[in-house]
Order: sequence, then structure tokens, then C-alpha cells
Amino acid sequence: MIHTEALTRSFRVGKETIEAVRGIDLDVAEGELVAFLGPNGAGKSTTLRMLTSLLPPSSGSAQVAGVDVVAKPAEVRRRIGYIGQKDGAGHNYRVWDELVMQGRFYGMSKAQAVANGEDLLRTLDLDALRMRKVSTLSGGQKRRLDIALGLIHAPGLLFLDEPSTGMDPQNRANLWEHITRIREQRGTTIVLTTHYLDEADAMAERVVIIDHGRIIADDTADALKRKQAGDRLTVVVRPADADRTRGLLATEGSEPAEKPDPDGVALSIRVEAASHAMPGVLERLRTAGVDVLAASARQPTLDDVFLNLTGRSLREGES
Amino acid sequence: MVALSLPAPPRTSVLTDVGHVWWRETLTIVRDPFSLIFSLVQPLVFLGFFGPLLSGLAGDGALFGGSSLQWFLPGVVVMITMFGTSMTGANLQFEIMTGAFERMLATPLARSSLMVGRALKELTPLVVQAAIITLVAIPFGFVLYPMHVVVGLVMLGIFGVGVGALSYALAIAARKTEWIFWAVQQSLLFPLLILSGMMLPLETGPGWMQVVSKFNPLTYIVDAERVLFSGTFGSLTIVWGFVAALVTAAVGLFVGVRSIRKATI
Repeated sequence: MIHTEALTRSFRVGKETIEAVRGIDLDVAEGELVAFLGPNGAGKSTTLRMLTSLLPPSSGSAQVAGVDVVAKPAEVRRRIGYIGQKDGAGHNYRVWDELVMQGRFYGMSKAQAVANGEDLLRTLDLDALRMRKVSTLSGGQKRRLDIALGLIHAPGLLFLDEPSTGMDPQNRANLWEHITRIREQRGTTIVLTTHYLDEADAMAERVVIIDHGRIIADDTADALKRKQAGDRLTVVVRPADADRTRGLLATEGSEPAEKPDPDGVALSIRVEAASHAMPGVLERLRTAGVDVLAASARQPTLDDVFLNLTGRSLREGES
Repeated sequence: MVALSLPAPPRTSVLTDVGHVWWRETLTIVRDPFSLIFSLVQPLVFLGFFGPLLSGLAGDGALFGGSSLQWFLPGVVVMITMFGTSMTGANLQFEIMTGAFERMLATPLARSSLMVGRALKELTPLVVQAAIITLVAIPFGFVLYPMHVVVGLVMLGIFGVGVGALSYALAIAARKTEWIFWAVQQSLLFPLLILSGMMLPLETGPGWMQVVSKFNPLTYIVDAERVLFSGTFGSLTIVWGFVAALVTAAVGLFVGVRSIRKATI
């Protein structure tokens, strides 16, 4: 469905050249749900804008839905759906008018646009709002309308740029329910960008981690966590016991990481299946005379994966 | 790996695209017809308050070659065209900010249709406005030549698409600082209108004004509209009016399409 080779894009800001995307090689097969995950400014949206023909690449090539984005951008646009970061619907227009006209923009007949529009209004719980002015809708309602606009022509390939940014958790869950249902019904291939770790983790079948304009990891969320992070086992002990504990833990898994804790010192190691390893570790520490004040086992998150790959946390700088 | 090819919806012609963009914009008037009523007030104010002053000033004589109303009314029609179409970019700027413009850029719509459709929407009320001020003026001695007025409106339509496209390009250029759009639009609009002899005849003005007006495409439009509204077809002035309208439209569309292609919204 998508095939890119060494895709790059740089921008000139004043006298400086910013390399936003530095060589993306990507293949996406039919029916996949792929999330581009990375911090703000990593090049996710720029990549998406190149794939949707909104932005010409500086170099490299991309085939989207079987069409070359550089040679035939208009042909790409006819075959895909795109839902941007901002409000797709014009604020001064009516919900229903925007939806039907969007269908007409894609060359659908009036009857077809009306039929698909009715269908989407029902699916996305927008039926009661059809004659409302877009500016009077709530954030969540606007976002659902964006989804409807992106799907009116039933595209086989849908791009979403930060679909749930700024939404409260309930609306996000609701939005994802809609997207998942539509995908199940139609088998739509979906490519989205997000900087929400839990979103990429829960929704995407394949996570492409992008940092500084390059793909640094590409796998299922589970495989990434297994290979790149592993479970974490943490114990809290008194400062006097820290050295002894460190020595014992080192034989159980990775080199222990140390963090100050209100009760003493927190030491953590990477192990496989932390909750299973926990009883044995505690037993051995007790035998050695270490008084364990607290203990926890934690499954890794995609943030741990990102931390492992880059040495930085994705949560940093997130408001 | 070869990327899977997806079937595409039927291709549409540029004219169909223009029609769709125009209708999307026009739906805002259809849904709120009240907005149109307000837009009718302005030309009536100009005609009702400015017109009598003109005839008082000139004593209705040689300056206007007959009735001052016959001279002034086509100028008001040109003025409302300029007011309407030069604002095309203002609505666009709002849509660039909110995101609707990007959504439309991602559709297969022809780039030129995005501009032409919007400019035509600004011209739609013009037809109603022109009809109303003309009808209102008839009891005051205005002589209506319907065929000539229709040809005049066609010329204004072509010219208006050009002005609309330029306004559109300006909005894209000024997308990051909103006030620049208004600063440029306002500081160009009135000099252009005054230097076209739209409000007051330039014949009584200083020589430099008359020279500058020769480089103002609007001058040729205003002159041609006056000839048409006076019921004449056989004049070279009309040909020059169409030339000015077509050149403005061509330049406007060229600049407009280029700015869409180059812009990274």
C-alpha cells in the first residue's frame, strides 16, 4: 500500500536549513494499522504530509496506493483519505453541507454522497447535529466530523495526523471505538501519527518510532517492549543495605539502576517476567539479611523502549 | 515491494470542481440569507448619499456627459465588485487557521478551482446587488439597457476572478500574520478605486493622477462599464475593458496557483 525509499524533507528557516525528515524507508501492507510515534518535531507529521502529497519531498521516492506522490500528486489524493491536526470542517458551514460537499469534491454523485453521509452521521453519532453550524460543535464533535469528512469517499487508505490531541480520555476512547469499528467493517489501511504512548500501545498493531527524522524502531508494540525494554523489578531498601542489595540484584538481571526514595534507596533491574521473578528475589534478599521496605514489578511501556533507544523520555516536555 | 494500487473515484473536470467550491461557499448565503440583506445596504448608501453630492457639485452638466446617476451607478457596481472579491482572501485566511483549507487541499480538487470557486461566490451577491441598485435608480432618471448591463457584469465577473485570486494569494502569503492581509488590502483598495475615476472624474484632477490612472487596470474596467451602462456597444473602450479583465484574471490565477503549490500551510 505504501512504499518509500530514502524519503527526505528539509525546510529553510531564515539562513538555516532544518532537516525535518532524513531518510525514511517504509513499507505498509494492505489492512495494516501503523502508528508513527515520536516526540514533537521528530518528523512524523512532515512524513505524513509527504505521503499525502501535501508536501513535496526534498529527495527520495514514495509510492502511495500504487501511485508516485511526486509524479502524480493529484492521483494520490483521489485514492486516500486525510484527517489533519486541525479542524477539517469550515467553522461557518453546516455539518451536513460540509459532509456532502466533501463527497462531491471526490467526484461522487450527489446521491452517493448523501447515502454515505447519512451512513457516517449515524455511525459517528452526529445525526442530531446535521444542521448545526460547525463553530457551535464541541471539540469531540468536531473531531468526529473530521473523521466523517475523511471517510466520506470510503478510502482504502486513511491517514490521521495526531487524531486525538487535546481530547479528554473519554472522548479519545470514544473516537478510537469509532475508528476501530470502521476499520473492522471496511478493512481500511490506517497510518496515524501520535505522541501519546498509551494510544500507540493500545491501538496500533505496528509501531514505527521516529526520532530526529529517522525510523529508529519498527515492530509490534509487544515485540518492541520485549526486545528493547523488558520488565522492571524494583526494591526499596535502607541506604545501609544498598551495596549488598546491588550485588545480589546484579546476579538476577541487568546492572541495577539507583534512584533516591523517601524511605531509602530504590534499586531496579531489568528481568524477564518480573512478577514471576519477584518472590525468589525477595526470598534471597531476606536470607542475606536485607530488610526490603517496598517492592514492585512493572511491565515496560513504549516510553521505556524510547528511553532505551534514545536515552530520552518521550514524556519529557509533554504538557 | 510494489505498493498495492487502489481504485480511484471518477475524475472530475476543472469546471465541475469550480462549481463544487462555489456551491460550498454559496451554501453559507443559502443557509443565512440575512447576511445578503446587509451587503445590499452599502451600495444603496453610496448611491443615495454620494450621488446627489456629485450632481450638486457638477450641476449635472458636461462633466458627466449627461445624468450624473448614469455616470455614477456603474462606478458603484465596480466598487462593490472590488469590495467583495478583494475580501476573498479574508475568508480563506480564517480557513487556513482553522484547518479547513488543508482538508480541501488534500482532496483531488483542481488548485485553480479553489480560487475561482471562492471568487465566484463573492461575485454571486453582486448580481443581486447590481439588480437592486439599478431598479432603485430607475425612478430617479437612470435609463436601463439590460443587454449592455449583462455584458458589463460578465466583464466584472472575469475581472473579479482575477482580483479574488490575487486576494487569495495575499492571504496565503500573509497566513502567519493576519493583520498584514488587511493592511495590504486596505492600502491598495482605495488608491486603486480613486485612481480609476470611479468616485470622482479624473478629468478635473492634476496631470499626474491622469497618468497614473493609465496604469491602473481598474480605469479601463470603469470606463468600459460606463460606456456599456450608457447603452453603447460600438466602442473600443469596451474591448480595452475586456483586455484589462482578462489580463487581471490571467495574472491572478497564475500568481494564485503558484502560491498554493509553493505554500507549506
